[in-house]
Amino acid sequence: MARVDAIVGWKTITFGCHIFEPGNSVKFRTGDWRSQRPVLDKEKCIKCGMCWIYCPDMAYNQTEDGYFEVNLEYCKGCGICANECPKDAITMVPEEG
Amino acid sequence: MAKRIGIEVSIALAEAVKLCNVDVIAAYPITPQTHIVEHLSELVADGSLDAEFVPVESEHSAMSCCCGSSAAGARTFTATSAQGLSLMSEILYIASPMRLPIVMVVANRAMSAPISIWNDHQDIMVQKDVGWIQTFAENGQEAVDLLIHAFRVAEDRKVSLPAIVNIDGFTLSHVIEPIEIPDQEDVDKFLPPFKPKYRLDPRKPITMGPVGIPEIYFESKIATNEALKASKKVILKAWKEFEEIFGRKYEPIDAYRTEDAEVLLVTMGSISETAMTAVDVMRDKGQKVGLLKIRLWRPFPIQEFRKAVGKTPILAVVDRHLSLGGVCSPVASELKTLYYKVPSAPKIFDFITGLGGRDVTVEHFEEIVDKAKSFAKRRPKDYYHYIGGREK
Repeated sequence: MARVDAIVGWKTITFGCHIFEPGNSVKFRTGDWRSQRPVLDKEKCIKCGMCWIYCPDMAYNQTEDGYFEVNLEYCKGCGICANECPKDAITMVPEEG
Repeated sequence: MAKRIGIEVSIALAEAVKLCNVDVIAAYPITPQTHIVEHLSELVADGSLDAEFVPVESEHSAMSCCCGSSAAGARTFTATSAQGLSLMSEILYIASPMRLPIVMVVANRAMSAPISIWNDHQDIMVQKDVGWIQTFAENGQEAVDLLIHAFRVAEDRKVSLPAIVNIDGFTLSHVIEPIEIPDQEDVDKFLPPFKPKYRLDPRKPITMGPVGIPEIYFESKIATNEALKASKKVILKAWKEFEEIFGRKYEPIDAYRTEDAEVLLVTMGSISETAMTAVDVMRDKGQKVGLLKIRLWRPFPIQEFRKAVGKTPILAVVDRHLSLGGVCSPVASELKTLYYKVPSAPKIFDFITGLGGRDVTVEHFEEIVDKAKSFAKRRPKDYYHYIGGREK
C-alpha cells in the first residue's frame, strides 16, 4: 500500500470523490512497490537531463549543482532513465530488504 | 385539472419527460429501444421541447454522454432495454459513485439468445447492484408518476444519485392505457430546477472521476452505499408531497388484501395487476391469500417489507429472472436473506415464471399458491420452481 498523507474515512471523503484542489497526487507517495532503483554515477553524468525528460512520473529534479536526482518517494523503478541515458551513467540495482 | 386520455405508455413517458423540462437526452435509437426516445426526438425536432437530443452510436455512448451532461449540470434523461442496458452496464457503475442524478426508464425485456424483445426482468436483475435508485411501475399511470418522482429524488442534494424507473417492456411500454398527464404547473411545483452541489465549470475547475487507489476506493464505495440507503427518507417524503399535489399515493411496498393471509404472493411490475385479480378469485373461494407488490427495489425497503409481511407464515415469491446455475433467483434470494434465522420468519418459496414474454395468468398464481401451501407442509427438494415452463 502506498503511503498517504491525506487519509480520509467514508464520512469525510469528498462528495462523489471529487478533487477540488489540483495537484493532490503529491500527497500519495507511490514509490514503494519498486523492485529496483536507479543509481547515478556522477563521474559519467554530463547533466544533459535526458533522465528528467524521459521519466514518466516526473520523479527527477535538478539539484543546485546541476545534477538530476531521483525522488524515491515517487520512482517506480521502471528503468527508462537508465535505458535513455546517453552515457550509461545510470544503473538499476535491486531493492533489498 | 389534468385530463385523463388514452395514450401509449411510452408516449406518455416522453410527455412526462417534457413536463420535467430536461436539458439533455442521449439515446441510441435501434431495437430494443422504445417509443420513449423516439417521441422525445420528435418533441425536440419540432421545437416543443427545448433540449439537446444526442443520437449516439451505442448505449455505451448514451450513458457516457449522460454522465458528461449531468456532470455539467444539465437535467439528463435516457431510456433503454435488455441488450442495450447490458451495453450500458460499465457506465452505470460510474454514474452512482460520481453522484450524477441521471434518470433512466428501462423497459424490462428478456436477454437474447434466443432473440426476444418481450418482457421479463432478466435485463435489470443483473444490474441490481450498480448503485442506482430503482423502482418498478405496475401500470402506465404509475410509470409516469414514478418518472416525475425520480427526477425530484435523484436531484435532491441530500441524494444526488441516478435513478431507474422500470416498466415492463411491451406489456407496459407498447400498450395504450388511460393516463392522466399532469399539469405543467403542478409538475413545476413538485420539481424545482436542477441545481447540483458541484458541476463542471471552466471558471471553477474540479476533477470528477479520479483514480481510487486502494487507500480510498473502499471508502468511496461505502459512501455511495450509505447515500443510497439514506435516500429512502427523501424517496418517502417526495411520495408524500406527490400525493398532496397530484392526489395519487405511493409507498415502497403495496399490500393488497393481506389481512389474516396465510400466503402472500410477492410480485414486481405489471403482473401485479393479474396477481390482484388472482387474489380476488382465491379469496372468493375462501382461500386466505394476499399480495405484496415491491415498488421500491433499491434501496430495498427492509422495515416496510417486514411490516407488510407481519406474521404471515408463507411467502410465494414470483421471480421473472432465472439465475442460471444459482441457488435461487434475486428477489427470493434477498428475502430469504432478510429472514434468515429471524424467529417466526415466514417460509419463503421461489417461483420462476413469465420469462421472455410468456403470459402469467390467474391460473398460474393459483398454482403458485397451491404449491407454496404444500411446500410449507413438506419441504421441497428444489430451491426454486418453474411455473408455466413446459417439460415436454
